[in-house]
Amino acid sequence: MNDDLKRNIILDHYYNPLHKGLVNDDSYIKVNVNNESCIDNIDLMVKIEDNVISDIRFDGEACAISTSATSIMIKMLLGKTIEETLQILKEYEKMINEEIYNADIIDEAIVYNDIYKQPNRKKCALLPWRGLKKVLKEK
Amino acid sequence: MNVRNDFPMLKQNIIYFDNGATTFKPYSVINAIVDYYSNYTANAHRGDYDNSLKVDEKYEGTRENVCQFINASNTKEIIFTSGATDSLNMIVNGFFKYNLKSGDEILITRSEHASLVLPWFELAEQLGCIIKYIDLNEDLKVTMDNVKASVTNKTKVIALAHTTNVVGDIRPIKAITQYAHQQGIYVVVDGAQSVPHIKVDVQDLDVDFLTFSGHKMLGPTGIGVLYGKEFLLKKLKPHNVGGGMNVDFTSLKEFSYRELPHRLEAGTPNIAGVIGLGAAIDYINKVGIDNITKHEQMLKQYAVQKLNSLPNIEVYNPNTKAGIIAFNVKGVFSQDTAVYLNKYNVCVRAGNHCAKMLSEDINVSSTCRISFYLYNTTEEIDYLVSLLDNKDILRESL
Repeated sequence: MNDDLKRNIILDHYYNPLHKGLVNDDSYIKVNVNNESCIDNIDLMVKIEDNVISDIRFDGEACAISTSATSIMIKMLLGKTIEETLQILKEYEKMINEEIYNADIIDEAIVYNDIYKQPNRKKCALLPWRGLKKVLKEK
Repeated sequence: MNVRNDFPMLKQNIIYFDNGATTFKPYSVINAIVDYYSNYTANAHRGDYDNSLKVDEKYEGTRENVCQFINASNTKEIIFTSGATDSLNMIVNGFFKYNLKSGDEILITRSEHASLVLPWFELAEQLGCIIKYIDLNEDLKVTMDNVKASVTNKTKVIALAHTTNVVGDIRPIKAITQYAHQQGIYVVVDGAQSVPHIKVDVQDLDVDFLTFSGHKMLGPTGIGVLYGKEFLLKKLKPHNVGGGMNVDFTSLKEFSYRELPHRLEAGTPNIAGVIGLGAAIDYINKVGIDNITKHEQMLKQYAVQKLNSLPNIEVYNPNTKAGIIAFNVKGVFSQDTAVYLNKYNVCVRAGNHCAKMLSEDINVSSTCRISFYLYNTTEEIDYLVSLLDNKDILRESL
């Protein structure tokens, strides 16, 4: 994927993020994640039914990378089982940290495959996934 | 201003506009620290051999230097700390903790830095004091009218920055202390963003306490100053007790402490830091603090004018004096702007700059901040403006 296409996808998710806006529903697990060294701040709420992620919503204020990464994460994880989610998470983290990863299951998140070139942006790309880990711990 | 060759960091291919966070150091400061570690290392206040005498001369010489720099009435009023944060905590917890009571009001503003806000929050919670805010005007400045409107017969202390770190407004401290002292109100001023940039005369301003940090004025990190009027410092309880600050103690738990300033400097001090700070003040004196002020205010005016000519830029503080500009690129999150500029080796800071309550007044949660110092140039501003004159900043930040 060339840089221009990657930028288009990121901007598309930034300007029109999926599932933005929280709902008032106690059946969701709700967490907040922020990057202490910058200002990204995201609330994430996840609904898990029968071991499957049935919905994710988010809100907050964050940079283009964090916001788009959240939207792309939501798109990837809806309908996935916890085991599948953990697998995707593992591969995603490997990609961000410049390790060998399985591109087949990374899907659209491949747009961040060279984010390691900007170390100050890595934490942005990882932010929603950190939130997801918190959710899975609370489950 | 012909100073750029004095700063090794400026040999790198970067433009540094984050001087509100910390500043570069001239060779003279670096060399002074290296000289202490290489040529006359000894502890302070031991005085029995040549090197330790030399350390004392340098250490106490810097106290004299600081005293003159801010025109304190004597060196007992100059306490070395680890920085403005340390100084502010000492003032709040060593003095006001024992001089305020439940129901007393502490007056601050919403544009203050966390290091000035949080010690008061903690103290207010412990003692049952009430925090009140002086309203800012439409230029985000503190006016005497608003100060007077906020003072009540319960106000015991006004605490505020001399120059704020996001807005860059220089507060009318002299008028505030004049008014406050008539009502028996103490005035605590954080000079972290003023002492490096403008002439600060503590006697003329008549402040009760002043704090500042060395690293924001060409000096090393980990060293700062607490200034207090002598009769107030005498009542300030040391937060650290130990070596260097006591006269004597016995197994019967009898003990006595030394006089000011040593009573408030327990433990081996940051000797290299003090010596570095002394060299920084020498450097500033050589250039002339008034020349630094003029240069920065010229840069500020120049930059505001250029930035205002760009339709995609919003400047939040065009009408304040200090060399600090808070801005955003319209439609771009501040951090994305900072990342974009970093691609061209331009260093600016994005965020709320530790002034987290300010967003309540400017209606944006975060901004990019540029903050100048004596080594910045109009050419650097021209380059910044050329980078910001771009419709695709967000895209190119990715």
